Amino acid sequence: MTKERFYKWIFTALAFSSLFFLLGIMITLLVQALPMFRQVGILRFIGGKYWYPTYSTPSFGILPLMLGSVVVTTGAACVCIPLGVGSALYIHELAGPIQRAILKPVIEILAGIPSIVYGFFGMVIMAPMVQRFFGIPTGLNAFTASLMLGVMATPTVCSIAEDALNVVPSSFKEASLALGANRWQTLVKVIIPAAGSGISTAIILGISRAVGETMTVLMVAGGAACIPRSIFDPVRPMTATIAAEMGEAVMGSLHFHALFAIGLVLFVITFIFNIVAEIISRRFRLRLGLGR
Amino acid sequence: MRKIPAISLQISIMFLFIAMASSPFTTRLQAGQITITIKGSTTVLPIAQATAEVFMDRHPEVNISVQGGGSGFGIASLIDGSTDIADASRPMKEKEIIKARSKGVYPHEIIVAKDGIAIIVHLSNPVDNLTSDQILDIYSGKISDWSSLGGKNMKIVVVSRDTSSGTYEAFEELALKGERVRPDALTTASNQQVAMTVANTPGAIGYIGLGYLSSRLKAVKVNGIPCTADTVISGKYPLSRPLFMYTNGKPKGIIKDYIGFVLSEEGQRLVREQGYVGIR
Repeated sequence: MTKERFYKWIFTALAFSSLFFLLGIMITLLVQALPMFRQVGILRFIGGKYWYPTYSTPSFGILPLMLGSVVVTTGAACVCIPLGVGSALYIHELAGPIQRAILKPVIEILAGIPSIVYGFFGMVIMAPMVQRFFGIPTGLNAFTASLMLGVMATPTVCSIAEDALNVVPSSFKEASLALGANRWQTLVKVIIPAAGSGISTAIILGISRAVGETMTVLMVAGGAACIPRSIFDPVRPMTATIAAEMGEAVMGSLHFHALFAIGLVLFVITFIFNIVAEIISRRFRLRLGLGR
Repeated sequence: MRKIPAISLQISIMFLFIAMASSPFTTRLQAGQITITIKGSTTVLPIAQATAEVFMDRHPEVNISVQGGGSGFGIASLIDGSTDIADASRPMKEKEIIKARSKGVYPHEIIVAKDGIAIIVHLSNPVDNLTSDQILDIYSGKISDWSSLGGKNMKIVVVSRDTSSGTYEAFEELALKGERVRPDALTTASNQQVAMTVANTPGAIGYIGLGYLSSRLKAVKVNGIPCTADTVISGKYPLSRPLFMYTNGKPKGIIKDYIGFVLSEEGQRLVREQGYVGIR
């Protein structure tokens, strides 16, 4: 019996460890970011237009970095939502058993490709193509980064959305068809709303992946910390900034704290994303009266 | 039924202990009996690291700890005695020498390599000479089209490095003279990446360590002087500088052996492999 208690204790500790890690990360971020806010001020940090952290009179404005993240993420969403949800619907509704047996694993393998491979591909192959195709000065810009991130996030969206479609009870579909609805009406009016919470979770998880992705944007987005005026301008998303500068920022310097402050901003953004995802899925569940 | 998870748990815990016991960390600790500390410039850091690794292989009883932190930090550490060797990408200032003497430290200067920064453009670019002022104007944003430099009617794509890079630091000091790089300049993480971006972009200009030049890139002359190992060693090429290691007094014992290794034919080959110009 003591053995049983011992194991129970171990697994309780394991279960609570993620809470412990989350708290630890939050506290570290806050403590390390605080000197930045105290010295520069939140408004001048978030609203500042220039990011020159290492000059003798440094500027710590992350507006261009935040806008960079926003542009790239929006672009990626425009790619991964239609691709991901579209392929999930095809696999679920139209694909025969052989096609399904091939497509689903292939898409899941796509999710396993390391981001550096996407980054390298984007840098060496996509960027010159984009540059020549649109006749713009450089292919390392928000557009190319959006494309790469969109393709990267597609398997996440597709895989989770397809799982959500699978959970819809077949009785829903049968009832709808029996009432005389055609396949399109059944899909749009019955199956998609029933799987709505799962599909929106899929989309949000896909977008979160795009927001947090670092290596690919570091290599492909161009890294220019200026406010983008078009999707073809080079940008420097927040993640890329932290990755590029953390290695050499002197510990305890204002620059070091500024990078933690960017981390905090990122954390808050993803936190909001998660809350929104939770609210959306709860609303769907209520509307359908599903207990899930 | 209950036994199976218990056994698997025990096995996994056992493996964890085996993994911890055999980690390289514990074996490393026993090896170093003599320790040399090197601190300072991030530009000299790759040289110190590469030479220290080979030197430690030859002398297993020596443990060399290499740290960055910047030239000023390295020199300050030499003065307060917390490092044996200070790396610096600039000569010591008069003030620092006076401060060192007052603490009984007599800095000894050794030039270990030269650093030359090539200004590169796309192979198809007809421009082959730029003045220091033109380079400054391009990077600060005053000039933004190749046509005003005698080139094609094409927007200049400025490629720079992350502000943490040693090459950036050198470029800032030698070419920018305190001006800020235009905010819409592309920034990349490595010399190779600058080279690749410039090679793929017709309107691009970038700067890289001399060692990274290749036939896919065109290096422009600066003030009429081509960027070659000879002009960098002689100091004629404007974007060049010596790199230093400082010791307290003339190096003795194992430190002398290490410095000797850095200056040897083999040490200087490692210097060239890191993208710098050897002094031999």
